[in-house]
Amino acid sequence: MADRRYTRTHEWVAVDGKHATIGITDFAQSQLGDVVFLELPSAGRKLAARDTFGVIESVKAASDLYAPVAGRIAEVNEKLASKPELINSDPYGEGWILKLELAGELPSDLLDEAEYKKVTEAAAS
Amino acid sequence: MTEPLSFELSRPSVDPPRLPEADVAGPNPSDVLPREALRSRPPGLPRLSEPEIMRHYSRMASLNYSISENFYPLGSCTMKYNPVLNEAAAALPGFAGLHPYQDEDTVQGALELMWRLEQALCAIVGVDRVTLQPAAGAHGEWTALRMIAAFHHSRKDVRTEVLVPDSAHGTNPASAALSGFQVVEVKSGPDGRISLADLESKLTPHTAALMLTNPNTLGLFEREILDIAEMVHATGAMLYYDGANLNAFMGICRPGDMGFDAVHMNLHKTFTTPHGGGGPGAGPVGVKAELVPFLPAPTVERTNGHLALDYKRPQSIGRVRSFYGNFGMLVRAYTYILAMGGDGLSQASQDAVLSANYLRKLVEGDLEMPHDGPCMHEFVASAHNLNENGVRALDVAKALLDRQFYAPTVYFPLVVPEAIMVEPTETESKATLDSFALAIKEIVAQARTDPQGLHDEPKNLPVGRLDEVTAARRINAYLQGQSEDPILRWKAPSASTSEKAC
Amino acid sequence: MPYLVHSPEDRSTMLETIGVRAMNDLLVDIPQSLRLDSLQLPDGLSEFETMAQLSTLAARNRVYPDRLTFRGGGVYRRFIPAAVAAVTSKPEFYTAYTPYQAEASQGTLQAIFEYQSLIAELTALDVSNASLYDGATAVAEAAMMAHVHNGRNEVLVSGYVHPEYVQVLRAFGEGRGIKVRKDGEPNKKTAAVIFQQPDFLGLLVDPRALTAAAHDAGALAIACVDPISLAILAPPGEYGADIAVGEGQQLGLAPSFGGPHVGFIACRKELVRKLPGRLVGTAHDAQGRRGFVLALAAREQHIRREKATSNICTNHSLCALAAAVYLTYMGPYGLRQVAEVSFKRAHNLAERLTALPGWEPAFPERQFLNEFPVRLPKAQTVVRKLARKGILGGLDVSRWFRELKGVLTFTCTEVNDPRALDELLEALAS
Repeated sequence: MADRRYTRTHEWVAVDGKHATIGITDFAQSQLGDVVFLELPSAGRKLAARDTFGVIESVKAASDLYAPVAGRIAEVNEKLASKPELINSDPYGEGWILKLELAGELPSDLLDEAEYKKVTEAAAS
Repeated sequence: MTEPLSFELSRPSVDPPRLPEADVAGPNPSDVLPREALRSRPPGLPRLSEPEIMRHYSRMASLNYSISENFYPLGSCTMKYNPVLNEAAAALPGFAGLHPYQDEDTVQGALELMWRLEQALCAIVGVDRVTLQPAAGAHGEWTALRMIAAFHHSRKDVRTEVLVPDSAHGTNPASAALSGFQVVEVKSGPDGRISLADLESKLTPHTAALMLTNPNTLGLFEREILDIAEMVHATGAMLYYDGANLNAFMGICRPGDMGFDAVHMNLHKTFTTPHGGGGPGAGPVGVKAELVPFLPAPTVERTNGHLALDYKRPQSIGRVRSFYGNFGMLVRAYTYILAMGGDGLSQASQDAVLSANYLRKLVEGDLEMPHDGPCMHEFVASAHNLNENGVRALDVAKALLDRQFYAPTVYFPLVVPEAIMVEPTETESKATLDSFALAIKEIVAQARTDPQGLHDEPKNLPVGRLDEVTAARRINAYLQGQSEDPILRWKAPSASTSEKAC
Repeated sequence: MPYLVHSPEDRSTMLETIGVRAMNDLLVDIPQSLRLDSLQLPDGLSEFETMAQLSTLAARNRVYPDRLTFRGGGVYRRFIPAAVAAVTSKPEFYTAYTPYQAEASQGTLQAIFEYQSLIAELTALDVSNASLYDGATAVAEAAMMAHVHNGRNEVLVSGYVHPEYVQVLRAFGEGRGIKVRKDGEPNKKTAAVIFQQPDFLGLLVDPRALTAAAHDAGALAIACVDPISLAILAPPGEYGADIAVGEGQQLGLAPSFGGPHVGFIACRKELVRKLPGRLVGTAHDAQGRRGFVLALAAREQHIRREKATSNICTNHSLCALAAAVYLTYMGPYGLRQVAEVSFKRAHNLAERLTALPGWEPAFPERQFLNEFPVRLPKAQTVVRKLARKGILGGLDVSRWFRELKGVLTFTCTEVNDPRALDELLEALAS
């Protein structure tokens, strides 16, 4: 997917007009290991870019989730409450986390596929 | 080999134990208390006879590993022999039978013991006073940081940040945050020691303290410690010592002389009070003169041979625990110090350093050694060299369990990938260290020839690797109201949805 | 030297293997200016001499017999079944490490799981943790949970809560910017209402009303309870408290000059993710065998670091084991008998004490279980007189509460036999 953009904190965002879908990257899920829990906000909350909006946990690790873009939460992936493993099995598909109604411009520091790949290669070495 | 729960062994027909009858005239609770104050049905405690209870716990004991039987190479945990004399001393009725609110005149021996222990700890770590109140290491860290906060506050000096090295134990940042500080991480350099350049860039007029352990969590002595102390003090901040690694240098050097202002000690590490499967411990904190006014109250004071508890300490941070600390653990630690003496403690630390370097030498051809030696009382190796065979530090740990050794600390410190942290302590003989090294060699060889075999270990223990992921998901399902099975406690079968294997 | 295993020959061989000539070659990283010649401590002693010194210190303390101890204030004399020490003195339990490697620690893990289950049953709440240090820090940790849960910055302490618990709560609160308010009504700033049942004086409070008031203000209700009282009294879960905490010393632990004892904490399932300390849960291996593991560790300091809600690491496992053995030994009806015998004897004693000239109940309108406050003339003289007769009399609570001048609290349990009550009365009459 060419329109997917990334953050240095390993979230992805796919923008479609005024709507954005957010999740964590395949690299992030592989580093975390089997996801067992997500603490997520409710729909309606407004997020600024870089805001912490939740926590994702595996058995051995926990990580904050940051908003890659600003917007109002339109939908939270309810399936994750009972099936957090979707993050592992399909991080860019069924494992999406939030849908936002975008507010303002996209932050300039979002990475494209190639730039993000460099980040993960550096982190893995 | 597993043991049913006491709840599963329970039979409703078992008689309650024989206990005293009241034998005086007096009301029953239901005669005088309003009905809504009373419990509606008895608590669901199990009902077992004494022989069944004793067998139940004896069988559970047999499922445990312990330092009384075998080697715990756990890095940063200092698992050394727990002298049985300590237990006998703590059980003396003159200690175990004391009520904390007895008059001071009737507890002079207990206060004298606390005072002498304080003096001994002052001598060992090089500080002016020690509080014995904190119940554990993390509690001690937090107590020290509260004192440091109070110190700065008393000088109307607003300092909001505490610096913590990236290799630090998780309790350091947690204790700092709970003391109201922002945590700022300081990086380790390539040699495993704190980066002075990074430290310099993070020290500001807002820095309240640097938390450090020396030797650090990699088992390396911070050679630049005197420069570090000077840099920290020059900015008006304090230097806090995490006593996790105190066993490395008793009689060799002292944190007080290195420039540390506050020092916590884990009596359940260096001073041989037993770990008890996770406590109770004790976490005394020693301080230099500047911090003495802020010590928790009460302190123990000695005047003309008479001992008293001093509550009138206007600048004290208050009380951090009820009564006077884990007194029973203080008795054990003092017993150990008396028996060892200054000469014995010094030799213990030297033996600990010797054993660590010896073991490091034996395994250096098998595992990666990310940092140059010599080490102090522990070393950090890495299983990174086994990754190409699909073998990880955890596999090495589990394979050791099958070979009659406990596992070393793995994946800590976080700055070393695939970390395997080994601390042999002075308790382990050369023969034990040799056989441990041999076990490592076997495991590393197996990693090359039969990695799958390692993934299946342990095979010889009461249970195999437990599926923590499924357990965690089931717990979260319960907490979110999607399941009736709490997982975190036994629940009567009638109300439970399933206790089947998954 | 005691407890050291290397012989001089071992040491030389090991140095040789390492490839250095002397011990000092391993200490080269330590600046010379920091090196010590020796510790300023006396040389070690033989076991015989060590024990002799400790016995001398112990002999400088006065130990009152259990049956003649009428002082409580948070630490009580109780009958301790021999089974408790028989289990806790097993080296497999007391010399085991924290159960990080589950497969080699099933004994400890199962014991903690049973302890958690017992505390949950006793408090009638969903989940208990693996233990905390003591009752005081348990109160403080519960207050922190409430603060994290609802983001409010004040806790309200209602009535006579143990003064040392409140002091610890204040010290904890200061670090987190949480104010501690004594008495008054909860409001929208109140994170939690904390009450003790029975209170520090032994008197019963109305936990239903206090819980309802907390909830009406949107605050949590934290009940600090006496575990043995729960055999008789409504447990926190029955009246809707959100968190139950308390001191577990009475469950099989010696007074030991105040510690080590054990703090317990249990809560509703909605709050479990904010619960401090370790938790043990069940899990299964590949063969389907049930085992026990540390669970929800991602809440804790070793993973969450500065974002953890508590810094607790080492807790009081062995004391929790003692409590588990005690509660299992007693069972529901043994525990009730202990509570009822204490209740009856304390009421008998209260009636006889308040019949003495000048003695009166300090709070005649309030009920109690097995500890009660009486007002009397020359309280301190009376306590001294009893001490001379070998009796540890009531606790002078005016030390903490100025308004309670002349008030002593007396406590009475199953260890204070009828003859001991007579001896107390005789000593007072003489």
